[in-house]
Amino acid sequence: MNLGKLQAKQFSQLLNVHQMNSDKITKGVLLLSSFVILFVAGGMIFSLVEGAIPALKSFGLSFIWSNNWNPTEGKENYGALPFIAGTIITSVAALLISLPLSFSVSLFLGEYYRGTKIAKVLGTMVDLLAGIPSIVYGLWGFYVLRPLLIDLGLPNQGFGIFTASIILAIMIIPYATSLSNEIITMVPNELKEAAYSLGATRSEVIFSVVVPSARSGIIAGYILSFGRALGETMAVTMLIGNANIVPDGFFSTGNTMASVIANQFGEADGLKLSSLIAIGLLLFLLTGIINAIGKFIIKRMG
Amino acid sequence: MNSAAKITAANLSRRTLKDKLFKGLVLFLSLITISPIVLIIYKLVAKGYRQISLEFIIKTPPNTFEAMTALSNGELIPGGIANGITGTLLMVVLASVIAIPVGVITGIYLYENPGKPLANLTRNISDILQGVPSIVLGLIAYMWIVKPITSGFSALAGSVSLSIMMLPMIVRSTEETLKMIPQSIKEAAVALGVPYYKVILRVLIPTGFSGLLTGILLGISRILGETAPLMLTALGSSVINMDITKPTSAVPLLIWEFYNDPNMVDLIWSSSLLLMGMVLTLNLVSKRIAARTK
Repeated sequence: MNLGKLQAKQFSQLLNVHQMNSDKITKGVLLLSSFVILFVAGGMIFSLVEGAIPALKSFGLSFIWSNNWNPTEGKENYGALPFIAGTIITSVAALLISLPLSFSVSLFLGEYYRGTKIAKVLGTMVDLLAGIPSIVYGLWGFYVLRPLLIDLGLPNQGFGIFTASIILAIMIIPYATSLSNEIITMVPNELKEAAYSLGATRSEVIFSVVVPSARSGIIAGYILSFGRALGETMAVTMLIGNANIVPDGFFSTGNTMASVIANQFGEADGLKLSSLIAIGLLLFLLTGIINAIGKFIIKRMG
Repeated sequence: MNSAAKITAANLSRRTLKDKLFKGLVLFLSLITISPIVLIIYKLVAKGYRQISLEFIIKTPPNTFEAMTALSNGELIPGGIANGITGTLLMVVLASVIAIPVGVITGIYLYENPGKPLANLTRNISDILQGVPSIVLGLIAYMWIVKPITSGFSALAGSVSLSIMMLPMIVRSTEETLKMIPQSIKEAAVALGVPYYKVILRVLIPTGFSGLLTGILLGISRILGETAPLMLTALGSSVINMDITKPTSAVPLLIWEFYNDPNMVDLIWSSSLLLMGMVLTLNLVSKRIAARTK
């Protein structure tokens, strides 16, 4: 009898110990996997910096503002300015082109036709834009958009900053739209009704109530889509003309940081490879900063 | 009617006109925005459908000479993209095997420890990882796998770059899904004395399964069409390869090769059609699942 009780107690103690151990292990596994993410991110920065060191040692900080990209042996010199300029110009242009389009779509979805069937269809189609692979955008730009632009009188056989920006603009529309649409939908009805009751028309309500109260969400959406544009590779590579020069206008050819890596990686080693990795590091930092700003704005909205 | 009322009436009609014009502009620009997807799909179908057949899926691409002969005879280019399809499947499966467990477990960790500094740090880092351009991930996999481990371009390196791309998406969707599960379900399990790992495996994951699946499918649909990181890692291969330490082709890589070869260029449309079909189907299926569970 006594013995039986004792055994039961021991047994339950054992069970508890066993369970505590298993819980500890489970918690350990969860913790470990989150370390994996931190380890991957840390490792990425470490490897990029390590790979970029030979280039940064040879050229110093002038790597960033030198516009001389010369792989000729003996006269090797690498400067990233053409690509930094190309990246920023194409992305800014893409953002400007996409602004009116994605703003219209988010008003269509979040205000004019909110919750209707037609909004659902339009929303699905805009989402599908995000699903098209970059290389397919590139093909379409090359075989459909470019001939059209040549007919309109674009120089350089239709290649260049302008063509790349148009395709980029289409590619980033879904990213800008999804966030600003969500925020516009969340604007309280009371606010809008108050404006209507004062006799405001719908467009007046949009510009004096909806846009001001959804402002930071809309801006954050555009910042995040700008971050997308900075790193796009294939479509840009196929359309920008791949000239290692600082673009001298909207219709000039050029190269972006992503497209020069894709283009020149194949035959690269030594100092050139290191320079491409250094460009990768700069691109990583640039997109990281832009995304962090976007996320910060979203977080501040709550 | 006195003059003040006249002015108000004129003013009102001007404002109404402005309102209508603005709505017209919004409709017009929205239509312009969705026109590319229609035009792109139309172009792919119109130029690619003739090539799609069983042969296209089970054969490897012809060599340039065969393609040139077929072209000059006005025939369809023979062969298919089997090496690309198998390569894509191989790398996507491998990337999923790497990314899904780590991503789901990290998502659970974030859900279980909402306020902890480490969890916040992990969440922020994961968000930043999500914004890293895919070409940079290609560079990373090149430095981590191609040079030191497989000492040459390989499917493994391609999978690693794709898995880093997928990881943050899965972390995010797991955490968001679990947040929507009623706390009471988990508490009931804990109250019954169920060990922690069983709470996760038998309660959290099954309850949030469709949400997790949506996130995973969306992640896969994102990496299916990736070209840039694979150019730096998997490189491509003209034969079917299932060895993860060897260079391997993928459908987007083949499209890039066809695009650069004047004799094979006709194959880009059918290959793109197939790729788009895969990506969009996955996209729509995952949206369906998400809509059904809401």
